[in-house]
Amino acid sequence: MTERVAATPGLYPLPDRAKATLSDLKGHQKGDLLSGDEDETAATEYDEVRAALVDDQLDAGLDRICEGQARWDDMIAHPLTVHDAVETGGIVRYYDNNNFYRDPRVTGELGFSGDVARELEAATEALAAGESDADAPLSATLPGPYSLADLATDEHYGDDAGFLTAIADFLAGEVAAFPDHETLFLLEPSLVTNPPTTGEESTAANAIRTVADATDAEVVVHTYWGALGEKLYAHLVDEAGADALGLDLVTGDRDDTVYNVQEYGATDSLALGLVDGQNTFVEDVETIAERVEWFEGKVPVQGFETTYLTPNTGLFYLPENKYREKLAALAAGTEVLT
Amino acid sequence: MVRTPEANREQFRPTDHPNESFLLTTVVGSYPKPKWLNRADELVDDPDSKFDADDLAEAHDDASRLITHEHERSGLDTVVDGEMRRNEMVEFFADRIDGYEFNGPVKVWGHNYFDKPSVAEEVAYDEPWLVDEFAFTTNVAERPVKMPITGPYTLGFWAFNEAYPSTEELVYDLADLVNEEVEKLVEAGARYIQIDEPALATTPEDHAIVGEALDRIVSGIPEEVRIGLHVCYGDYSRIYPEINDYPIDEFDVELCNGDYEQIPTFEDPAFEPDLALGVVDAHTAEVEPVEAIKANIREGLRVVPPEKLTVSPDCGLKLLPREVAYGKTENMVTAVREVEAEIDAGEIDVDVPLADD
Repeated sequence: MTERVAATPGLYPLPDRAKATLSDLKGHQKGDLLSGDEDETAATEYDEVRAALVDDQLDAGLDRICEGQARWDDMIAHPLTVHDAVETGGIVRYYDNNNFYRDPRVTGELGFSGDVARELEAATEALAAGESDADAPLSATLPGPYSLADLATDEHYGDDAGFLTAIADFLAGEVAAFPDHETLFLLEPSLVTNPPTTGEESTAANAIRTVADATDAEVVVHTYWGALGEKLYAHLVDEAGADALGLDLVTGDRDDTVYNVQEYGATDSLALGLVDGQNTFVEDVETIAERVEWFEGKVPVQGFETTYLTPNTGLFYLPENKYREKLAALAAGTEVLT
Repeated sequence: MVRTPEANREQFRPTDHPNESFLLTTVVGSYPKPKWLNRADELVDDPDSKFDADDLAEAHDDASRLITHEHERSGLDTVVDGEMRRNEMVEFFADRIDGYEFNGPVKVWGHNYFDKPSVAEEVAYDEPWLVDEFAFTTNVAERPVKMPITGPYTLGFWAFNEAYPSTEELVYDLADLVNEEVEKLVEAGARYIQIDEPALATTPEDHAIVGEALDRIVSGIPEEVRIGLHVCYGDYSRIYPEINDYPIDEFDVELCNGDYEQIPTFEDPAFEPDLALGVVDAHTAEVEPVEAIKANIREGLRVVPPEKLTVSPDCGLKLLPREVAYGKTENMVTAVREVEAEIDAGEIDVDVPLADD
């Protein structure tokens, strides 16, 4: 019997009140973005935001609670843009979105940072202190090594393979310092948008395995913005050390994704991107449940250990009201199936 | 296929134009708002203030008059009111089109947000968008007024599409509404319309959608009306030479920002619409000297002859300090008039425009 779990890859929008407060506190310019050593006032504000985002998830009835990543000014490039061995260059486009982030230029050895671990410690406290009667375990979020290397500029390691290994080792070190977490989402959109060249699939998968091996939690390698190339998909299933691959059923051709699973099998569990993280249209509960049943009906395996019901992307693209409605729809869609 | 720019260009030549050659000078549209206008925009939302919507309308009129005259003082051949009544290039129109709704701000980068609207049902034309703006501006202006309008591709792709099976279909419906608005503006006397499509720069592979939308926009618009298209910040090689097939009179580009590295893109095959060339940078706070701007104008002559060259800043100047925006505009006009005189005197060889005098 497949367990259905409502979870998200994180990256939530700031509450509107905090958008105003934090932009007043920090400013609007490139130099005002988070460097990882924010002052007491900003830190307190972020603590309040984190608690609010945790409560949003408990109220919605999610089965995994993420930290919300409110501090991630640079989206999934965050773990590098706050790192001491990284200088932030110009503002550059974030994938083909109308969003921008600071180009992280890695200029030195990527040692341990602990920034994300500290966030997760705080999230653990927020979960324990939450006012809600509901309870659910913590889910951690990190960029996958392939996407993080893709978004960054190497000015230290000198070759692509060495850089990818260094990024993977760095992320593994961060994961090792995480407090208890039930799942770890590694966000890997670049596997779809800028896939490894033919012959390099294993290099990417092995880098992911380095990070996945650093935790005992269930690891979801979350891909989005379309279907994975079939060869890459096969390598990821076998070599990435993932308990679940995350597959986008919202954007791109979902038949290609179904074909991959039919042809090459799957990880023991799967995460299905069912709710559009980039559109304010809120999916019906029935639609979400039907999408899961449609997918599970197409694939040959008898049942997965766990099917994670997720948005395809992070939710920061959405206004605050719609983000909450999406969480509620996701939880309700999962409820219908169990 | 390109419209007929030669049929509508001469109407913008001022009667007292000093040279035989005529390079049409214009602006892209937005201009820094006077500080007091920003305060007024905030004050009207303050429940404790007596400043009401009528007061704000008066403030908008005052600002529109001020910036229109500021443009005329700089010597521009065609002017805009600096878009003093508009808040943001998508929000302003979404607010006036049935079918859009606003749910709240979303992140662009860092702590910069945009009130990205959602298209919740089929779009429809309600009240005119810009006819009042045009009527007021043309009434206070001595020079012809250009009207910038955000294009349907940008209005569609910079919103959440909840209602249409594809955003392409939304864009075509929006193009029909833009056509309706352009017809109303033409009826009110407008002869120079600029369609702004910054979203095309991020997804150049969609150039055919923009082309189809333009066909709808210009449907029934007479040839004496000049239709420009402005696309900024992009790799123009991805949309050239396809834009030669667009039904426009003029294509307005931002090239100063990239130091004209992309000029060769437009040299082959021959550029068919008139070229509106950005010759001052909209994102540097230093006023370029006249001599530097003259060199930039010559870059445009590599692509088109003088009678097909329009000169403007790279993009809207609204993010600059106002005195810098004015300084750039004034120097731009001075540079254009000097280049015209040099062409008349045979000092610039228009076939080899970069050659020394």
